[in-house]
Amino acid sequence: MPGPLLHVKDLRVRYLPESGGKVQALEGLNLEILPGEVTGILGESGSGKSTLASTLLRLLPASAECSGCVVFEGEDLLTAAGSKLRRIRGSKIALIPQDPAVSLNPVTRVGEQISEVLRAHLRLSRSERKQRVRQLLVEVGFEDVDRIVDAYLHQLSGGQRQRVVIAQAIACRPSLIIADEPTSKLHSELHCQILALLANTVAQHDTALLLITHDPTILAGFADRLMVMYAGRLIEQGPAESVMRRPLHPYTRALIGLSHGHTSGNRASHLPSIPGEMPNPLHVMPGCRFEPRCSEKMGVCATTDPQTFSPESSRLVSCLKYGN
Amino acid sequence: MATETIKANHSPLLRVCGLTKHYWTSGRVWRKRTLFTAVDDISFELSHGKTLGLVGSSGCGKSSLARCVTRLEGADAGEIWLEGVDIARLNSRELLPYRSQIQMIFQDPATAMNPRMTAAEIVQEPLLIQRRGTSAERQARTAELMREVGLSPDWMNRRITEFSGGQRQRMAIARALSLQPKLLVLDEAFTGLDLSTQAQIANLLLDLQATHSLTYILISHDLSLVARIADEIAVMSAGKIIELGPVRQIISTPTHPVTQSLVTSHHGFRVQHAAAGGFA
Repeated sequence: MPGPLLHVKDLRVRYLPESGGKVQALEGLNLEILPGEVTGILGESGSGKSTLASTLLRLLPASAECSGCVVFEGEDLLTAAGSKLRRIRGSKIALIPQDPAVSLNPVTRVGEQISEVLRAHLRLSRSERKQRVRQLLVEVGFEDVDRIVDAYLHQLSGGQRQRVVIAQAIACRPSLIIADEPTSKLHSELHCQILALLANTVAQHDTALLLITHDPTILAGFADRLMVMYAGRLIEQGPAESVMRRPLHPYTRALIGLSHGHTSGNRASHLPSIPGEMPNPLHVMPGCRFEPRCSEKMGVCATTDPQTFSPESSRLVSCLKYGN
Repeated sequence: MATETIKANHSPLLRVCGLTKHYWTSGRVWRKRTLFTAVDDISFELSHGKTLGLVGSSGCGKSSLARCVTRLEGADAGEIWLEGVDIARLNSRELLPYRSQIQMIFQDPATAMNPRMTAAEIVQEPLLIQRRGTSAERQARTAELMREVGLSPDWMNRRITEFSGGQRQRMAIARALSLQPKLLVLDEAFTGLDLSTQAQIANLLLDLQATHSLTYILISHDLSLVARIADEIAVMSAGKIIELGPVRQIISTPTHPVTQSLVTSHHGFRVQHAAAGGFA
């Protein structure tokens, strides 16, 4: 059994907004990612999932405070020097951001932008790079490579842009790809295409993938492991299939119930929903973060922070229901 | 004229006949401007208190259709009968009383609201424009509207930056309801919201429909959500309605290939890949 590729221990991130106060974005996260594994991170907006993605690459704004450790291939990324980080970013850990329209340069040809990644990390001749770029474009499913290489951002559709970003991400054969809501800006017919492409590329090159999303349907049948985040905490993790089939935490159960509700078909008087909203991170209350919205809350939930329990092998859950 | 009176007796809230909208594509050097038909001879009827789901991939003309029906843009041809009046031909003065009957809710509430205005100002702006009530009456109506959409009236003086995405969409709904419209056109009103928020907003719309007998046109690329709320679904492709029918029929027996592909993606990623044998 190989050791973990990425090991996150007691990660805490706090933002200090200019308007005053403190926002605890991540609160003591512990997780491991194994080589070649697809890990799904499920969470709604405000759960801290995007903060996690930027923390792993140390892309947080300077005003954010973070503590804990993020060990990648034996190196703590939180304390690593800038030069070391630059060698890792893009070559060993790649990021697929949410909106390709924002992450691509509008005044540089697409081919050049992929070539840039290669130039930064690999020693290749100009012609080798050119050839490699074309190869990558074919790999992400383009047929008219000649047109795409010379195209600008505005000449591509949303799905094509996302493919270009994926080509950039896999250019140096990283061992970990972090994809932050890679399909949320695409319309639903493209979801399957882009996800299938991601799934195939990571399977082919044995790349680990950290897929961040708010939509459980995306992860079904794709992720090996599933982690659920709520208000800056990991509240449940385990093998994806078993979490999807039998969620332990009341929040996970509600969230997965929503997606089933959506796809089951018939018009109902009401859709299943989770009442309430995520707590305001500026005003942290004691006790379980999900307590105000929880349908299974007990008296102690309002006052006691839930520990992480392991009611079954390979399953972890932070809920006092599993406390005994 | 005779046929029109017959149709008025039969009285759907909205009857659209042969609606057509062209746009000129932007010309470039050496390239001529060409005429692009965004809405191509579309006809449908919508009864009181019903919901029509309008689905189709991006660029199929569903937003153009919405903008024509709400008269945000003038149609090039066709008729839009709202309770027996053809509003497609009215000029902006004549249109004024009908404007309040049709309201629109946009995809991104943050960009559809002035960030420098308070919640109360945003919600009561339509009342101000239509010169309804005194200032105290408007204030009272705003509190009532906010309560109705599940926002606390204590938040009236907050600005939109202090609201979450779901709360902003609730505010957009409150603003749209302020003039007591008969028809609400929702253009991708759920896109960009979390699943649990989507469900909350959908439930709110269902409740409001029941209490105010509202009629909805619900535009979305997400068939699964539309299928849960709508009575009928119209599928659009290249400016035309290619399939129109009750939800159950569209979901269970789609006839057009475009509808079939939408229904397949509605059934989701997992099903497609289970059929394809899964991943290596």
